[in-house]
This record gives sequence, structure tokens and C-alpha cells, in this order.
Amino acid sequence: MAVIRDMIPPFELFQPAGVDDAVRLMDQYGDQGWVLAGGLDTFDWFKDRIKRPAAVIDLAAVDEIRGIADGASGGLDIGAMTSLTDIAEHGGVQGAYPLLAEAAGLVATPQIRNQGTLGGNIVQDTRCWYYRSGWPCYRAGGNICYAGTRRSMNREHCIVGADRCVAVNPSDTAPALVALDAEMVVVSTSGERTFAATDFFIGPDIDIERMTVLEPGDLLTRIVLPAPWEGARWYFEKIRDRKSWDFSLVSVASMLQVQGGVIQDARIVVNSIAPYPVRMGAVEAAIRGREPSDETGQMAGEIAVEGARALRHNDYKIALTRNLVKRSIRDAA
Amino acid sequence: MLDTQVIQSRRGGFTRRKFIKGVIAAGATASAAGYLFRESGMLAPMLSAQGAVERLVTLTVNGQQRRVDVPKHETLAMTLRYQLGLTGTKLGCDRAECGACTVLLDGTTHYGCSILTHSVLGREVTTIEGLESDGELHPVQQAVIDEGGFQCAFCAPGFTMSMVGMLSKNPSPSREEAAELLAGNLCRCGDYDKILNTAMRAAELSRSRA
Repeated sequence: MAVIRDMIPPFELFQPAGVDDAVRLMDQYGDQGWVLAGGLDTFDWFKDRIKRPAAVIDLAAVDEIRGIADGASGGLDIGAMTSLTDIAEHGGVQGAYPLLAEAAGLVATPQIRNQGTLGGNIVQDTRCWYYRSGWPCYRAGGNICYAGTRRSMNREHCIVGADRCVAVNPSDTAPALVALDAEMVVVSTSGERTFAATDFFIGPDIDIERMTVLEPGDLLTRIVLPAPWEGARWYFEKIRDRKSWDFSLVSVASMLQVQGGVIQDARIVVNSIAPYPVRMGAVEAAIRGREPSDETGQMAGEIAVEGARALRHNDYKIALTRNLVKRSIRDAA
Repeated sequence: MLDTQVIQSRRGGFTRRKFIKGVIAAGATASAAGYLFRESGMLAPMLSAQGAVERLVTLTVNGQQRRVDVPKHETLAMTLRYQLGLTGTKLGCDRAECGACTVLLDGTTHYGCSILTHSVLGREVTTIEGLESDGELHPVQQAVIDEGGFQCAFCAPGFTMSMVGMLSKNPSPSREEAAELLAGNLCRCGDYDKILNTAMRAAELSRSRA
């Protein structure tokens, strides 16, 4: 990645004070507009001259989507502009959704968590460096994947869900939100829509140029958490090369409802192995009615990696996924 | 004769400090021009492009109101260094990785290279220059001197700001917690052990002053 130490190329900057104004501007500029939240995804693109939007719509002043409030259904309603630090340190989140607090607290560094937002962490683009270096790959509108060839450096790429593109979703909070059955509230000039977290993230088979359902003009405004499971156990683990700053190589988020020593219901979600957080439906079905033991975990790990296909340099992700899924059941607390 | 008088009277009115400040300001303008005009072929389209216009804004920096012309696409670190002459804030990677540009916004740490200056209007910006008060060093600054915490010290302002942010969050961190809270800053000399000594000393000093 070329590091260019000079000014970002100019753009028109808008700083709307409300969601209505923001979506109107987004509608007006379409794919020439760029929504700026914390900016930790944005500025790399701008500084490298790979994305050069005509207009940037900065949400810094949109206070109505910042903060955490009690939700209608006994859960929490989190504004998309709430910083990751505020989520990680919020008493209500720590108390009822420790899985999310943990995931938010493991993102990057303190400075990035102070500025980065939950919405931005969820909708951030993939970190595939061929794509982010401006190579004209499928995801960038071209007709080749540079990461999937025999000679590519693809240690960080997909083992499942690839379709021409082999990039992965880098978010830490996304798998936690899928495991918590969160809902994403999206606003555009044509109104408000709500998506289940599982449906919010899409693979290249649906649209190779997007990571989420958001299209130009769509703004993710709120993340709604349903009432937490009573007495649930949870587990989150993020494996990365460095203990700080780094994106996950594989991360796992799990929620288990255990009664009488037996798993009644479960959510097992693995991220950074596919272009979207992978909810392991087959694993969830297989562990229902069993004890959260080492043996169950072992079986779950085997099921989790069925059908996984490694690229040249990432077969370690298969072993890692197998073991993380095992731990997420055995060690959930 | 008249000219000499003018020169003399002006000379008399200039303090050494003002003269040095003037040189720094001139240098800052020159180096900012270097940043602006590096892509010389780009200059004409840049100036005519929509959004290249500067806007006069008021920033609250180190407790002072500073009026400054800021292009919409300028980052806070650039404004601080090249417009306001506050060169204590360093630019290392310019990619939110190294932490050399760490400043406080309303008391919490942020990477100055990765936020637009226009996004911080109305917020309280604190840089390394704003830590000292009435000639007394901030406990973290004193700890840096006491412990000789840094080797080349390019990362020192960023680390110092992170330590200030750390202490406002956790006044008595363990060594491990301090390492965690300072994980957003890099030292390429690899002087982390002494930096953590500094952090522990800073916590001690700030507790004894409180």
C-alpha cells in the first residue's frame, strides 16, 4: 500500500444535523456520495486515491443516532454513531450483552474505539489488500480475483462462501450482533426498513461489490437488540497476529441457553472465514439437547468445517475454526 | 534616515520570542505549501474542484479559540501542525496505526491523522503543548523526564497524550492494564519497557498531586 503523505484530494463536505437531511443528501449524490462516520475505513481509501467521491456526508453532528437507549421489546436500541468505547464500557451492554461489550472492546486500539462507531464497524469494507490497493478485481468492478490464484498471498482470505471473490468480513461486532439476533434499522428517502442481522450481510453470490444490503442512499441508523436470553452462556474469541490493532484471522461468537445441563438453544457465528459472518445453523441444530461438553464441542467443530475449502495459504483457518467452535461451546460461561 | 528609524523602532518592538515564532509560522506556511502543491500537475484542477475552498472556522485548541482557514478535506493533524504551528503532534504513518498524532478530543484520545478538522468544531482539542499549566509540567511529562522513558522520542508526544487519556480512565492501572490502554501507540525503538515504567510513574505522580 503506497503511503502518500499529502492532502486528501478535495471533496464537497456536508455536515447534516439530522437523519432526514443526511439521507436527502445521500439520495442527491447517489454513488458519488460517501457517508463518513468514524472515518477509520474511509480515510485509507481517500488517502490512497482509490475512492474519490464528489461529496462526503459527515455524520459527526447527527446526534439523534448516537447513544444507547432502552428498546421497545425489553432490549437495547443502539444508535449507529455510538462509539465502540461507549458500547464496551456501557453498564447496560456489559450487564445484558457481555458478548457485544467484549467484541467492541477487542476492536483495534483505544484511539480507534474512541472514534470508530458501531455502524461503521459493521458496514466497513473488506480488508483484502488486492482490493484495497486499487487492483481492478471483481469487487472493484473488474473481471478477475487477484487473491484466489495459486500464487496469491491469501493467508487472510476465505475458506467458505467464496464466489469469484475470496475476501472476508473483518468486523468484530458483526458476529456478536448476529449471535444476539440483532436487527438493523436502515433509513432512506423512501422510508425505514429493518433487517435481521443474518440477512444484513451478503456474500458475493448476491452482490460482489457490496458487503451488506445497503445500497447508495441507504443509511444504517440503529441497531436493535432483543431482550437477552435468560441465564445464557456466551463466548467470544478473536484470533489475530498481534494483540492490538489487528483484524481477526478468525473470530467466534456464541450464545448458549443451557437448562438442566443441556443446550436448549444456541447461536454459533464465525467471522473472517467468509465474506459475511457465518451463522453455523447445522452446528446449532446438532448441539441442541446435548451437554456443552468437550465431546459436543469436538463434534460441533467437525461439523463447522464441513465443506470448507482452503486457498493456498490459509488452511490453518480450518483448524482454527474447528477449535474455536469447540471452545465456544465447551468454554461458554 | 527615516528608513533607519523605522527599522530601529521595529527592531525595538520585536522580542526574540516573537521573532522565533514568526520564523516558525513562515516555515509552517512553506511546508504546508509543500503538502498542498506536491502533485504540481494537480494544482489547477484541485483549486477549481468543488470543495477545494477553505472555510474560516474557530477551533478550541488547548483552551484557546483559534481562528483558522481550513480546507474541507484537511485532517486535524495537518491543521495543528501546518496551520497552527503546533508541531508537537507528530505525523508518523498517517494511517491510524502508529499513534504519533494522538490528541485529546473532549478528553479522550483520537488519532489526529484520521479525523477531519471540520468534524471537531465545537470540541475541545488538547495537544501536547496544552498539558503544561502555569509553568508546571503535567504529571505525565514529569514522569517522562524522571524515567527517561523514550529513546528517539518521536513517539513521545503521542504516548504522552495516550497516558493522559489512560489516567483519566484508570488512575491506578496495573502494568498490564497500562500496556492494554497504551496499545494504540507504537515505538519503533522498541522501548516499551521504559515507556511502561513511565506510565506507572505518571500514575503515581498524578495520584500524589490529586
